[in-house]
Amino acid sequence: MDKNINVLIVDDYKTMLRIIRNLLRQLDFNNVDEATDGAQALSMLRAGNYGLVISDWNMQPMTGLQLLQEIRADAKLKHLPFIMVTAESKTENVIAAKQAGVSNYIVKPFNAETLKEKIEKVLVHA
Amino acid sequence: MLEVSKEAIFDRIGNRLEEIRQRHREATSPEAVADIVVQVLSTMRGDLSGPEAALLAEVEQIGRTIAAAKREIAALRVEDIKQAFIPSATDELDAIVEATAKATHEILDSCEALEGALSVLEGAAAEAAQSAVTRIYEACSFQDITGQRITKVVRTLKSIEERIERIVATFSERLPVADAPAPEVPTPMQDPAASLLNGPQLPGNGVDQAEIDRLLASFD
Repeated sequence: MDKNINVLIVDDYKTMLRIIRNLLRQLDFNNVDEATDGAQALSMLRAGNYGLVISDWNMQPMTGLQLLQEIRADAKLKHLPFIMVTAESKTENVIAAKQAGVSNYIVKPFNAETLKEKIEKVLVHA
Repeated sequence: MLEVSKEAIFDRIGNRLEEIRQRHREATSPEAVADIVVQVLSTMRGDLSGPEAALLAEVEQIGRTIAAAKREIAALRVEDIKQAFIPSATDELDAIVEATAKATHEILDSCEALEGALSVLEGAAAEAAQSAVTRIYEACSFQDITGQRITKVVRTLKSIEERIERIVATFSERLPVADAPAPEVPTPMQDPAASLLNGPQLPGNGVDQAEIDRLLASFD
């Protein structure tokens, strides 16, 4: 598993961005960028070279699900590993994310071990 | 007891309405129509059969219930709810989100500083300290969850506000002018200093610790 990849974390709560960044640093992922909504993330992804997206769902103006759909529809980005990290924990949410092509799904609140496990899983299959 | 047919009742009401129309030459308000119906029915009380009298009593009861509801809506002082109570509640909730975010960032600042200092530790001690910092990071995600929950409550309050506005718009022409008595607010205790109990203040509305210290010092 390559820990030198660029990771983009997307969340409209600055606290959450900071927590995930710190947890990633503990896992030795040091190339981490942040975006506060789907639209900003999409333009960063199109302009940069990222190996993993960790995104919240509930954001404006573009949600995490819409971001995922845009990524999967983009020829250059469509294989990018995408982990949804969200408080949306209804079955229909998980199904919708899966149908949109999510690589993994973490429900908030979560622990570091869960984050590590999901990242390893999606990067091994990437 | 004489039984009166529905047609006879409708005829009497119709005749009364026609008289009113002839007299005033203008549209008759719904309230005037209701009054006429009540007057006509009351004059016929002696002519009604048992079931008709029971029906009349039911109709009168419905009328009283509607009148009571109108009085209660007027006494609600909906403008207070719309202009003071709900905005105040949403401001308080926004302040909670802001305060918890600030506290969480301070906790994270401390954790990051602690992690920097951990580099001098080794072995089990370093591992235990690192594990504790990780648990603090995990626990700090509460702020995201509580923030989202509070946002939902704020949305619900705004929805209630919109519904109140619609009720006011619907009844505004029929409600008595807001001279109704204000609803009584239950007080938990009769404390002469109760008016000083206002709870935490929003930023800018109260004094900070430095000002309190200066104020106390001025008594010395």
